[in-house]
Amino acid sequence: MRENLLSKKAACNSHGQDSSYFLGWQEYEKNPYDPITNPKGIIQMGLAENQLSFDLIESWLEAHPNPAGFKRDGASIFRELALFQDYRGFPPFKKALANYMGYLRGNKVRFESNNLVLTAGATSANETLMFCLAGPGEAFLLPTPYYPGFDRDLKWRTGVEIVPIQCSSSNDFKITKAALEEAYQRAKKCNLGVKGVLITNPSNPLGTTTTREELDTLLDFVVAKGIHLISDEIYSGTNFGSPGFISVAEAMIGRDHNVSHRVHIVYSLSKDLGLPGFRVGAIYSKNNSVVDAATKMSSFGLISSHTQYLLSELLSDEQFTRKYTEENRKRLKERHGQLVEGLRNAGVGCLRSNAGLYCWVDMRHLLESKTFEGEMKLWNKMVYEVGLNISPGSSCHCNEPGWFRVCFANMSADTLNVAIRRLKTFIDSGRRSRPPAPAYLVRKKDSHPSGKPTVVSRNGRLEICASG
Amino acid sequence: MELAVELRREPNSPLLSKMATSDGHGENSSYFDGWKAYDCDPFHPTSNPEGVIQLGLAENQLCLDPIQEWIKNNPKASICTEVGVSEFKNIANFQDYHGLRVFREAVAKFMRKVRGGRSDFHPDRIVMSGGATGAAEVIAFCLADPGEAFLVPTPYYPAFDRDLRWRTGIQVLPIQCKSSNHFKITRTALESAYEKAQKANVRVKAVMVANPSNPLGTILDRETLRMLVNFTNGKRIHLICDEIFAGTVFKDPQFVSVSEIVDEDPNCDRSLIHITYSLSKDLGLPGFRVGVVYSYNDTVVRCARRMSSFGLVSSQTQYLLASMLSDDEFTTKLIEEVRRRLSKRHELFTSRLAKVGIQCLESNAGLFCWMDLRRLLKEFTVEGELELWRVIINDVKLNVSPGSSFHCHEPGWFRVCFANMDDETMDVALGRIESFVLRTKEAAVQAKKKKWKQDGLRLSLPRRFEDMATMTSSLMSPHSPLVPATTSALVV
Repeated sequence: MRENLLSKKAACNSHGQDSSYFLGWQEYEKNPYDPITNPKGIIQMGLAENQLSFDLIESWLEAHPNPAGFKRDGASIFRELALFQDYRGFPPFKKALANYMGYLRGNKVRFESNNLVLTAGATSANETLMFCLAGPGEAFLLPTPYYPGFDRDLKWRTGVEIVPIQCSSSNDFKITKAALEEAYQRAKKCNLGVKGVLITNPSNPLGTTTTREELDTLLDFVVAKGIHLISDEIYSGTNFGSPGFISVAEAMIGRDHNVSHRVHIVYSLSKDLGLPGFRVGAIYSKNNSVVDAATKMSSFGLISSHTQYLLSELLSDEQFTRKYTEENRKRLKERHGQLVEGLRNAGVGCLRSNAGLYCWVDMRHLLESKTFEGEMKLWNKMVYEVGLNISPGSSCHCNEPGWFRVCFANMSADTLNVAIRRLKTFIDSGRRSRPPAPAYLVRKKDSHPSGKPTVVSRNGRLEICASG
Repeated sequence: MELAVELRREPNSPLLSKMATSDGHGENSSYFDGWKAYDCDPFHPTSNPEGVIQLGLAENQLCLDPIQEWIKNNPKASICTEVGVSEFKNIANFQDYHGLRVFREAVAKFMRKVRGGRSDFHPDRIVMSGGATGAAEVIAFCLADPGEAFLVPTPYYPAFDRDLRWRTGIQVLPIQCKSSNHFKITRTALESAYEKAQKANVRVKAVMVANPSNPLGTILDRETLRMLVNFTNGKRIHLICDEIFAGTVFKDPQFVSVSEIVDEDPNCDRSLIHITYSLSKDLGLPGFRVGVVYSYNDTVVRCARRMSSFGLVSSQTQYLLASMLSDDEFTTKLIEEVRRRLSKRHELFTSRLAKVGIQCLESNAGLFCWMDLRRLLKEFTVEGELELWRVIINDVKLNVSPGSSFHCHEPGWFRVCFANMDDETMDVALGRIESFVLRTKEAAVQAKKKKWKQDGLRLSLPRRFEDMATMTSSLMSPHSPLVPATTSALVV
């Protein structure tokens, strides 16, 4: 098809799916690990899913027949649900979701149903906020490293740009005032109007919760610049260790009205409850104009009433949600510990983390050269020789090569052990055959983020192209 | 529907985007005002019998009981039941934007069945979207850039303005259709719309038609479809057919899908042909948000599939419907039953209206009638139409949709829905229409008598039909036995 007969959006690759993040998934799809039928296959460690606590939901369903029968107070509400397409959302569901969000924040803040907008997943929530707050020629600042899907969700159809806030391992990738200011100035130099900052708290891919200090810095910054702050809190229920999770909602307590109308929270049940298939996302904002516009836009991606109803029943059972959240955190902590310990035994460290479904693993010492090309080479080995699909830091826009995101909550404990064993074997064999690494490595010019090599899929294999 | 919310600019509030503060959402249209009036004062047979009856909502509420029965008898289709919960984990975890294979296969099968087995649909071309709303927007994002245009025949579904234009930045330009030939789409009208766009330096990327039509309730005949394919192929532009009402064709002539034209003509460039669909009308399940983009163009399929991330169908819903739509015996019976109930409702509705002299456009599909109230207008303008509409909402207490909200170029047409209420409510609604028309007729007669008395004329014999016919033909329905309204007559 002649490309100019379609739109530019259809012809470009801003959908971001040529990124290594997604290509690794494709390789996994071609050769997926199975303990019995394909024990040499690739283990999927690039998927931040929470598969640890389904049994708890299943037991709940077995004990609660109402959702199956579309029943409420003994009567069927099937008809009402089949016809329910009101973009304001199914009231019992919104109420239950708002309460659950409050619970996850220790009930230090209260969420009102009227300020909640339902969307088809966080993917849709983030894109909708972009449409509401910015347009072509404008930008949001995002701290690196960040979730690769943001390139698609925030930029593709909206025309909004992402300008990275460079964070460094030297201070555990924390967001600093200097980095914020630097990013803001860089955007200005490119003639981009900065409309806001977007953070993920807890962070993907770091697995750390944003500190109180960082939150205060961020709030001060957005007030001073007169811009928005979006806090994607999709992992808020996965905080399994100290320090505890502090939501931006909590950090706003005591601040004046000048702040609350510029802060917007994104949430979803895909990670905390492990229900990505149900497409449940939400935007929470005290800014009525944003709520109004986002509500109207949600028409393009409403949540199935079928699902809203099921979840209204589930989340209204506060005893269950408490029990689930505590048990889920416990299991995440155990699994996290298993991975960290296994990595340590293989001589691999990771960023100290207290949340999320993954670790941010430091493999800098395993690079042949401390460049992004070196990172891609190592990644290639990981996928094809070791058989682990992990996500290279460059796909998350990390500005230092050698970091990888490794997921631990989407597989059984046994499979995780297999993965850890494979990694250890690979590293040990590498130590034996390689000369000892020099004390330092010369940094190549193309280690700058703009010089990152690109990865393409050719003839069924991933290949590294010259930096573009 | 949300009441209009005043956009308050908080002091020192960071600006929202132009898109958020414009009225591209379309909710300031008269189409939605009626809904708001209904929301404030909704009819209920016992608790609010004087309330507004909703005749502005094109929903199919006639076939939910067989679906509910099927769900009750098929507990395995649900991931919440004892027998179905073993699938819970797999389904809840499934977010692949390809969609469940069984779901796509079942939808393809259902689409084929609705078209009487006359076309084949490949499951791999089925792409999910957030309802037909999402499907329309996605196809616009895939085919056109900001500033480019789709041509759409009038009258058309009001929300196309939002769905196709709001966030995409494309334009929607009308192809004028006229009542004189039953609003058929002619080649002349197409050419004229296309040339007008050319003259204005606007690049046309596609023609989009709804077949069956909303609000007309008519289907495109084979000749018109071939003409559309021929025209668009010739101009190297796309043809999009929104077939959301395909399963609501309740009597002959038989529905012809654009897919049949694609299948029958090896010379047509199928890469320019796309279909949007949904289960909201045929099955009456708008709450489940099941939209489909079906394209014969591989690049469009790929692009639409990636965009579907922004509006996937809940896997829980995919799973349930995969099971239901694979039940051949059930779907055959259901499709038949939907047609039967719609036909009955349509017949009852149109015949009672005809008895009081209200004609509707001859139709065989959809969940509504296109009602001709031209002779009730005080003046043959949009203002006249809106004035009549306000009377119908405020005094007759019926929410009907004025033709101007569908961009109809002739005032006096109204869309009235008949499938979204039970028999009793329909009876009340029809009774109100009948009373209104009779009151109007009576008022017209009285006003005339008064005028003649004032003019010192004695009552003459009623005008002969031929006299009536010499008045502006557009003011009169040719079969109406009633005296045309004069300016002073419309007092209700």
